[in-house]
Formats: sequence, C-alpha cells, structure tokens
Amino acid sequence: MTDQETSYRQAEANVVLRQVGKPLERTDAVGKATGRTRYAGDYTMPGMLHAKVLRSDIASGRLKRLDVSKARALPGVACVLTAEDLPDRLAATDMPGQTGQKRAATDRQILVREIIRHHGEPLALIAAETPALADKALDLIEYEIEPLPGVYDTASALEPDAPIVTEPDNVVGKYKIRKGDTEKGFAAADRIIENTFYTQFIEHAFLEPEVGLAWVDENGVVNIRMSTQVIEHFRFIADALGVPHNKVRILGAMVGGGFGGKEDITVELYLALLAQTTRRPVRLAYTREDSFVGHGKRHPFSVSHKTGVTEDGKITALEVTISADSGAYVFLSPYVLLYCAVAAPGPYRIDNVKIDAAAVATNNMYTSAFRGFGAAQACVAYEAQMDEIAKALDLDRFEFRRRNFMRTGDKTATGQTVESAIWADECMTKALDALGDKPADTGTVKIGRGVATYQQSYGRITWFHDTSEAWVGIEVDGTVIVRSGVTDIGAGQASALGQIAAELLGVGLDDVVIYNSDSAVTPLAGTTTATRALYMTGRAVHTASTNLRERLVAFAAQELDARPDEIDLANGQAFVPDDPSKSMSLKDLASRGASEGLERSELAMFRAPFTDPIDQETGQGPVFPDFTYGCHAVDVAVDTETGEVTVLKSVGAHDIGQAINPQAVEGQIEGGALMGQGYALSEELIYEEGKLVSPSFSEYLIPTSMDMPDIQCIILESRSGLGPFGAKGIGEPSLTPVAPAIANAVADAIGTRVFDLPITPEKVVQAIREAQR
Amino acid sequence: MSSEKAIAVQINGIGRELSAPANETLLDCLRRHGFFEVKSGCEKGDCGACAVQIDGEPVDSCLTLAWTVEGRSVTTLEGLNDTDNPHPLIAAFLEHGAVQCGYCTPGIMIAAEALLRETPEPSDDDIAIALSGNLCRCTGYTKIFAAIKQAGEVLRAGGNDD
Repeated sequence: MTDQETSYRQAEANVVLRQVGKPLERTDAVGKATGRTRYAGDYTMPGMLHAKVLRSDIASGRLKRLDVSKARALPGVACVLTAEDLPDRLAATDMPGQTGQKRAATDRQILVREIIRHHGEPLALIAAETPALADKALDLIEYEIEPLPGVYDTASALEPDAPIVTEPDNVVGKYKIRKGDTEKGFAAADRIIENTFYTQFIEHAFLEPEVGLAWVDENGVVNIRMSTQVIEHFRFIADALGVPHNKVRILGAMVGGGFGGKEDITVELYLALLAQTTRRPVRLAYTREDSFVGHGKRHPFSVSHKTGVTEDGKITALEVTISADSGAYVFLSPYVLLYCAVAAPGPYRIDNVKIDAAAVATNNMYTSAFRGFGAAQACVAYEAQMDEIAKALDLDRFEFRRRNFMRTGDKTATGQTVESAIWADECMTKALDALGDKPADTGTVKIGRGVATYQQSYGRITWFHDTSEAWVGIEVDGTVIVRSGVTDIGAGQASALGQIAAELLGVGLDDVVIYNSDSAVTPLAGTTTATRALYMTGRAVHTASTNLRERLVAFAAQELDARPDEIDLANGQAFVPDDPSKSMSLKDLASRGASEGLERSELAMFRAPFTDPIDQETGQGPVFPDFTYGCHAVDVAVDTETGEVTVLKSVGAHDIGQAINPQAVEGQIEGGALMGQGYALSEELIYEEGKLVSPSFSEYLIPTSMDMPDIQCIILESRSGLGPFGAKGIGEPSLTPVAPAIANAVADAIGTRVFDLPITPEKVVQAIREAQR
Repeated sequence: MSSEKAIAVQINGIGRELSAPANETLLDCLRRHGFFEVKSGCEKGDCGACAVQIDGEPVDSCLTLAWTVEGRSVTTLEGLNDTDNPHPLIAAFLEHGAVQCGYCTPGIMIAAEALLRETPEPSDDDIAIALSGNLCRCTGYTKIFAAIKQAGEVLRAGGNDD
C-alpha cells in the first residue's frame, strides 16, 4: 500500500461521523416513489423516428441474401441499414477505459456481413415514423440464411475438427495461477477429494428493457440519452461512427436495473448509426424478447476441484480447472475468467495452488458481465467443495472452514497481501448465530442448513489504471452541488456521493443536488460496474469535498477570528465548538467568500492502485485493489417427494468496511439474497442449438414475492477498506455466496448433492433416487 | 393504421378524452398521452410494471385495450400522489427504503393500494399474493413488505376520517 493510502486510512479511522452511516432517505427516492422520475424511455422529441433491429433466428449460418428494397419502399420508412451501408465499420466489445487501452482482435461486426455466429445477431436496422411501421418494415425484409455447422458446448469447441467461431482455435482467454508446489502438497495429504460443479446461462432480468433516444445537434454532436451503466462507451461509439470522440455525447438517466447487463454496448450503437444517417431523432426501445435475445448472459462454467487434505482438516493442495462458455464474441469473457481464477481458492489459506482457466467460444449467445463476474461461479464451486470435503472427513463443516480461513494479513493465491481486514470467520459466526436453532424435519420434508463464505474484489483490475473524477461546489446560498459522470443503476450510487459531500461540508443531504451521468458535462467517473462506484467516485467526492472544506474553514477562521483547526462545519454552520459566540451560517460564509473571490468548487481525481499485469506463467502479482469478505447462511425445507425447495431463512453477513447508507446496504443484501436464490433454484436460459427458447418471464423464472424468505442483514464495519471512510464494496459480494449456501443447504437436507445449477425439483428427486440405489 | 376514436375516461379523478386506435393497448395509450409513471416491462402481462387500476381493480395495462376503458376510471401512481393528501404508501416506501431502481415501484404501489383497501391489516401471505404479479429484481421484496404493512397501520389509525 502507498504511504498516501496508509495515511488516508489512519486519518479516517478516527473521524466522528454525523451523516455517513445513517439510513438517510436517498436523494432519488421521492421521484421514484411518486412516479415522477424520468427514465430514458420516457423522453421523446418532435419528429422522432422509431427503430427496430432485425435479428437472425438461427445461431450459425451464412447470410446468402438480404433484400431490404420492399422495406425501404414502404411509405413512412426513413432508413434501413445493412452491413453494405457500413463499410469497414466494427464495434468494440472491450471494457471501456479512461486510458485508451484496448485489447487486440476483440471487435465484432456491427451488422452481419456474411457469417452469423449467434442467435439474435443483428442483420438490419430500421427507422420509421411509427413503431407499427417499423414492425411492418421488419416483416418486409427478405433474407435467406444457409445453416452452417455450429458448436454449442465448450468441450466440442476444443475438438480438433470443431467449427471455428473465434480464430484461431476458439480459445478466447487463458489464465494460469501457480503457487507453491501442488505435487508436494498432494503428497502431504491424507485424502484427495475431486468434484466438478456446473453453472448455467442466466439472464439479468432488469425490469427496464434497454432503451434510448438519439439526435444530432447543431454542432454535429450525436447525443444519446439512454439506460446504461457505462456512459464512457461514447468513445467506442465515435470510433464505430468514424467521428472524433468529442462528437458523441451519452447522457444517462436513472437506470431501471443493470446487474452487469447494461455494461456492454446495447442500443446506443444502433441509435447513433440511425441518427447519423437520418439526421432525425431516433428512439429504440427493446421489447422484453429483444432484451432476452439481445444482450450478453452470465457465463456457464464448469469448475473442477481436486483438493488434498489431512485427516485433521488442513488443506494441503488445490488444483482447479475452469472452463467458461464465452459464446460467439469475446466481450468481457477474458476478464470474467480471470476473476473466476483469482477467486477459485475462496477465502482460504492454501500454500500449494495450481489453477488453469480457459474461456472458449461457441455459437451460443455471447456471455459477459453479470453481478459477481466469474467470482460468483467460483464460489458456487469452492463452497460446495468445502462441504463435500468436510463430509468425506466427517468433520463439522463450519469448523473445517475455520481451520483454513485466511486471516487478516494473509496473501491471496496470486501472492497479493490483503491490506484490509479479513473477517470471513467473524461473518460466518454471526450469520450462523442469526439462523438460530435448525427447525426439525416434518415427515418427508427435510430441513437443511448451508453456508457459503467468500472473498470478492471491489474495484477494477489494477493494471487497468482506473481513475474517477468528481466536482463539488458550494453555491452562494450555502447549498451544495456534486457533479460526476457516475451512472446510478438503482443502488443509490448518486445519493451516496451526496451523503459524503454533506458529511464533509456540514450541510443536510436535502441541501445537496447531484448531477450525474453525462459524458459531456459531468467529470468522467468511469463505469458503474465491478463494485467500484462508491469506492472510486466516493473517494473522488471525498477528496473534492475535503479540499473545499479546508478552503471554507480557512476563510471562516479569518471571518470568525479563530484558528482553522478550531473550526467545525455542521448543520449549515461554520463554528468554533467551544465558543458559542463564534459562528456563522454557511450561506453567509459562501456569499462573503464569493464577494472576496474565494474559489467555491473543487475537481478531484481518485486513482486506484496502479500495477503491472500479473506474470502470465505463474499468475503471481496483485490483481485487485482490495477484497470484501462475508458469509451467507440459509435454512431450506426440501420436500423429498416432490423435490421442491423452499428457502425459510436467509442471512447475509458482510464486512463492508463502513456503511455510507446502511439502508441502501441492506437493500443490496436483500436483493442479492433473492437474486442468488433464483440462480440456485429456478433460473436457466435454455438454448437449443444456440437458439434461446425461453425468452420471456413466463418461461424464465425469477423469484417473486411468493418466494421471499425471511431475510436478515448483518453489517460488519471493520473500517479497513479503500473506499471513503474505510468502506469496502457490497454490490456484487451480496449476491456471490447465496447460491452456494442454498446448494449446501439442499445437500444437507437430502444427504446427497446436485452438482449442476439450477437445483430444480426434478434434479432433487433424481439425486435422492440415485443416492438410494 | 386502424381507425382512431376518442374515448372518455376518468384518469386519476380528472375527466379526459384520449384518442386511440382500436388495437392500441392502454399502456401505450397512457404513455403516449404523457402518463410516463406507467412503465413498460414485458408487454405480456408477466411483470406488472405497467399495472394501473381500472375502477379500483389492479390490471396489467399492457393486456388491456385502450378502448375498453371508455367511461371507466383509471388510476396510476400519480393518482395516489395528491399533493395535499398523498397516500401513506408513498411515505412508507420512503421511510423503509423500499425503492431501489424504482422501475417496478409504480406497479407495486398500485397493487398495494388495492390490497390495503380490501385488507387493511394484511399478513405476509396476503402481501405476497397481492404482489405475485409484480416482479422486482432489486429489493428482495423485504422492505416493500414492511412498507406496505406500515402504510396499512397509518390507514387504520386514520381510517375514521375516510
């Protein structure tokens, strides 16, 4: 850790907090609770056209003929674009960065030129006067696709004569981690336990489908107002349009859910192309089916663990083999794979580790970011393996974990020393305590208990050299403005920034307005992904607010005839706590300051720790800024006759460093608990020869109010994180341990395990039958 | 385009005339006339984001043709948000932090208001059933249940005034 970071954390450890840590009403809450918040789909413009995307209905083929002449001839159709109209243009699929880094050979075709690689790959774009005319034009496009042999699972994709989806060999990413000597470690083991665990394709299922509105303004700038986690795709859009970066502006709006599914480019590319071509405003709103078919999914993984243990429960060696289905285009697969590889040993101290991970292209839908980002799939495997080992050794599952937990000061498998608190054990103890006594079985209904602990990064991979900027200013009436490009995807990202500024400037949250999510006029903050928004942008707001505070305090000291170190700011006042006669309102302070030429704003950049990439052969080196630790514990009831699983109680205990807004933190934990329950029990996208056959909420079953268990949240605060006031991250970590905890509880209830998610009633009944044989 | 007609309808207590073609859903019609608090989530009756009340009954406006509400009364979330007398659900959702991305909120409020009129003191099961047609992906429903119960308490305490 840098000296700067160390001194920051020491300074933060003793701060008395007045507003941070309190469950304040979020700044975005009233608008949403009264229905007055405007989402991207609620904006219209005069003369607006309506867009549609024509997609391939098969997964692997050659486009033999595409005739759009009848669609173009239909009155009211303004524009039909095909690949012929977009010579030499490609779209980036990489992570947007502030530093201009981009991986080679990850671009994709914007519209199909010849080869179709996945179901739903776009063939043509339409813009028409009404949505109905756009639909009609869609039906008038004639095309012929020659089916080509496809490949739909990773094992087949690696066969010598497999169809090649991604040159040269379908392998789109590979990582190795080598620590210690696994041969020696296995030699020292009394038992070696081997298992393979499988996860499925799943869908983000945010309630607001992808939507946006684009127009070209009088300066030739393509403006796009849309629902996205990442306004900084504007650079990739500009590249695809062939215009300078400053000619594309992306304006966010409140996002109706993201979960990683609005991290990649969605509608903005099509909107930009149509607006650029027609020079008219264009709106594109995905239907639910468009959304199911049109954006990347969570990777199915197979994760094989081979673990050496002594009879007294010490892990001596671990080998993990990881395979992920990356689908037809690269997108974020290599990064998701890296997250899985780094997370694969879990929060356990293991001296000898060998991990081999590969992401493999198929003709399935491409896979990319999803809350948990590979680390969730890793946890499904390592926590199931921990229970299987404990069972084989006849050890208590929780005691077995305790004998192997990482402790504060330990290193990860890549040799990175974790500088913050490692409270996996503390979280597990609290979660188990909260569950209380396990209920008794009743007849054929068996009760099971399961836990899963985890280690999960927050903040981006450190060789991305991630930065975030924010601007904080005080108006002459003492009210505060925060400007930052951060996108708010529903977790209260913007409000948390306001709470930090309010704390440091001594005003109420009601006196703060946050302007966010505009790539042209708000300082660029990076993405709302990777559990980084609060950590990164929170630190930028912290720095800007602190710098502004210092200037205000110095001016107040002058006005009040006091020393700066005597001045405090709170409740809209600058005052000397020990001397009631020395006090003035922030309003007076700001207006007096303004008349004296005092600078009333600050722009600050926060830089995450920068490192070089890890060693390619050993995987050794720092990978992430820091990690969150926690545990989820559940009791389930399994009807052994029907196979039905009911989650009774669900407890999340997480050390999040410092809660900025504990109510919002609970919201993340509760939401993660139910999303993880769907992952464990009911959610699965079914692809047949690469074609999605379950593109609706009546086929793809996310948990409803009927499935809600008793959910309890336990927030631990070590104040040891790298975020503002010692915060860690919780957005993704809240989800990660839930599915494996449920899987372990089901295994506990029925005495045997379902190794592939989701754990449907059919699989439960089958597992029980097989165990009885 | 099929022929349009003007339909007379009470929306949130105010008489309106809305023009709509025969095949237009109430969802599309309301949004076209600026009632953006009615959200589009699936257009198949699966998610409940578009829920409104017709004569006090919650329905999915995506499955309702606009022409069928001629002469009837439609309530959207805006109708619960009388400036002088906002429905207690709104304050309860704010107090409990029952709102995250907010996209499902209007439909859930509509379903909850109908529930509380029928069942002033709802059990968890009552709430679960009443919201079973409204998907939420952010909150895990926990805070929504707590908010609905609190709004019920407020309504019961002030029930004599109604």
